[in-house]
Amino acid sequence: MTESFTLITGRTREQADGLHKGKDSEAYRIATTLAEMSPEDMNRLAIKDGQIIRLKSAAHFVELPVRSGTLPPGMIFVPMGPVANALIGSETAGTGMPSFKGLKVEMELA
Amino acid sequence: MSKVVENVTCTFCGCLCDDIKVEIDDNRIISVHQVCSNGRGLFTEYDPTPRQPTVAGREVDWETAVKEAARILSEADSPLIYGLSSTAVEAQRKSVELADLLGAIIDTTSSVCHGPTGLAMQAVGEVSCTLGEVRNRADFLLFWGCNPAASHLRHFTRYSLMSKGILTPNGRRDRIAYVVDVRPTTSAKVADHFIQVKPDTDFEVLTSLRALVQGKEIENEDLGGVPIAQLRELAERMKSCRFGVAFMGMGLTMSRARNYNVRELFTLVAELNQYTRFSVIPMRGHGNVAGADQVLTWQSGYPYAVSFARGYPQYGPGEFTAVDVLAREEADAALIFASDPVAHFPGAASKQLERIPTIVLDPMTNLTERMADVVFPTTCYGLDAAGTSYRMDNVPIRLRPPLHAKRPTDEDVLIQIIEAIKQC
Repeated sequence: MTESFTLITGRTREQADGLHKGKDSEAYRIATTLAEMSPEDMNRLAIKDGQIIRLKSAAHFVELPVRSGTLPPGMIFVPMGPVANALIGSETAGTGMPSFKGLKVEMELA
Repeated sequence: MSKVVENVTCTFCGCLCDDIKVEIDDNRIISVHQVCSNGRGLFTEYDPTPRQPTVAGREVDWETAVKEAARILSEADSPLIYGLSSTAVEAQRKSVELADLLGAIIDTTSSVCHGPTGLAMQAVGEVSCTLGEVRNRADFLLFWGCNPAASHLRHFTRYSLMSKGILTPNGRRDRIAYVVDVRPTTSAKVADHFIQVKPDTDFEVLTSLRALVQGKEIENEDLGGVPIAQLRELAERMKSCRFGVAFMGMGLTMSRARNYNVRELFTLVAELNQYTRFSVIPMRGHGNVAGADQVLTWQSGYPYAVSFARGYPQYGPGEFTAVDVLAREEADAALIFASDPVAHFPGAASKQLERIPTIVLDPMTNLTERMADVVFPTTCYGLDAAGTSYRMDNVPIRLRPPLHAKRPTDEDVLIQIIEAIKQC
């Protein structure tokens, strides 16, 4: 099963708290190594909280646990950090800014 | 014996809250009050004890580290200086001097946050105001593509939604707030109205909003997933408010159309001034990223993405921005300070930093430091070093450190590197 999603990355309070503890800390690793998906998509695809999913972009792929979040169907949120950035390409459309939000990714169960 | 220091500034984010109370004992912070949960760790986790610099992972004396940094930079054909955001303007100024001396490319974290906002501002201008004006006057707030409830936790209470001012004595009850985003964020929950746009449709929605403000008819029933009636109501509320302010964030700058999204919002805000008073303030992330824009602009004429390779400053977003320079493998050495690109750049760009000799200046340990050739542990401006930072509304705030410095500042190290390069 592979399905297309729109990836949004961004700051979370847990990510901010973790970076103060150190970017090699367990708190930072946990805060930045998770995905959120809408409850509708979780139910439709029979995915449980904590299940490991694989996200693939043109740049790379990552495997991370997923949980239910307040999102519209078709969207996946990953907190900013090294895991999310592995999926982001370096094309900046002449601005210097990569596509950290709105990137198309393929999701499948790991 | 402990003592309490009041009115300390938190330099974690662009709010620069300068009413923090800290209790210190033996030059360590033992408690902190009035700080938000995002900024708390900056105070409670900070360790100001002296640390030696390292070269290739081994502790060395400061002179040896400075000499090695000077050697790396002076031998490079195309060095990159990057970061500049979690530091003070005094250090930022020295980094521009270093870039000029080396003929280097210099770029700031703006390029991966509000760089597109800078491009929009250069194209159509920016009608802005201070956060003090927001607090005292604004009766209409629009948050577009930003989520202060997760990223700027005291923004609502100190400056915008909940704050009480001269013309807004009832605080929250005197203001109407809209949130526009692709997802129902925590900020959306406390707003009066939430408009959910489909990803990558902000440009279309903003253009339609401009048309509606100008009284033009739109035939579509909805646009970007938003009913036109909802946009028409927003347009009327914006035109009829007393003092409106739009706050915008990465939802506009990081998605498709980037600077063109921001351009539409800035133009909308300018056009609203035909009907009422309306301003826009970009939600700046790092504590002094606004200062980095200021310093680079007053030193070189441009806010970020500047190359001194030809002996004079050239501006080139997409050409001299750090992600592009690294992904194209053009930089052959880097000096990184006050930022952590290995944690925040796309993989292809951060991997290039592992291949080239890299120098890091930072008060804390981070992922870029792990792979750096030379590391200088410096002070943290605002905690154990004085300096000046610019708030997100470009108001400069003088930092009053509660702790004594036991390490050199970023400025001290940059001065030493400049002097050493001159002697190479």
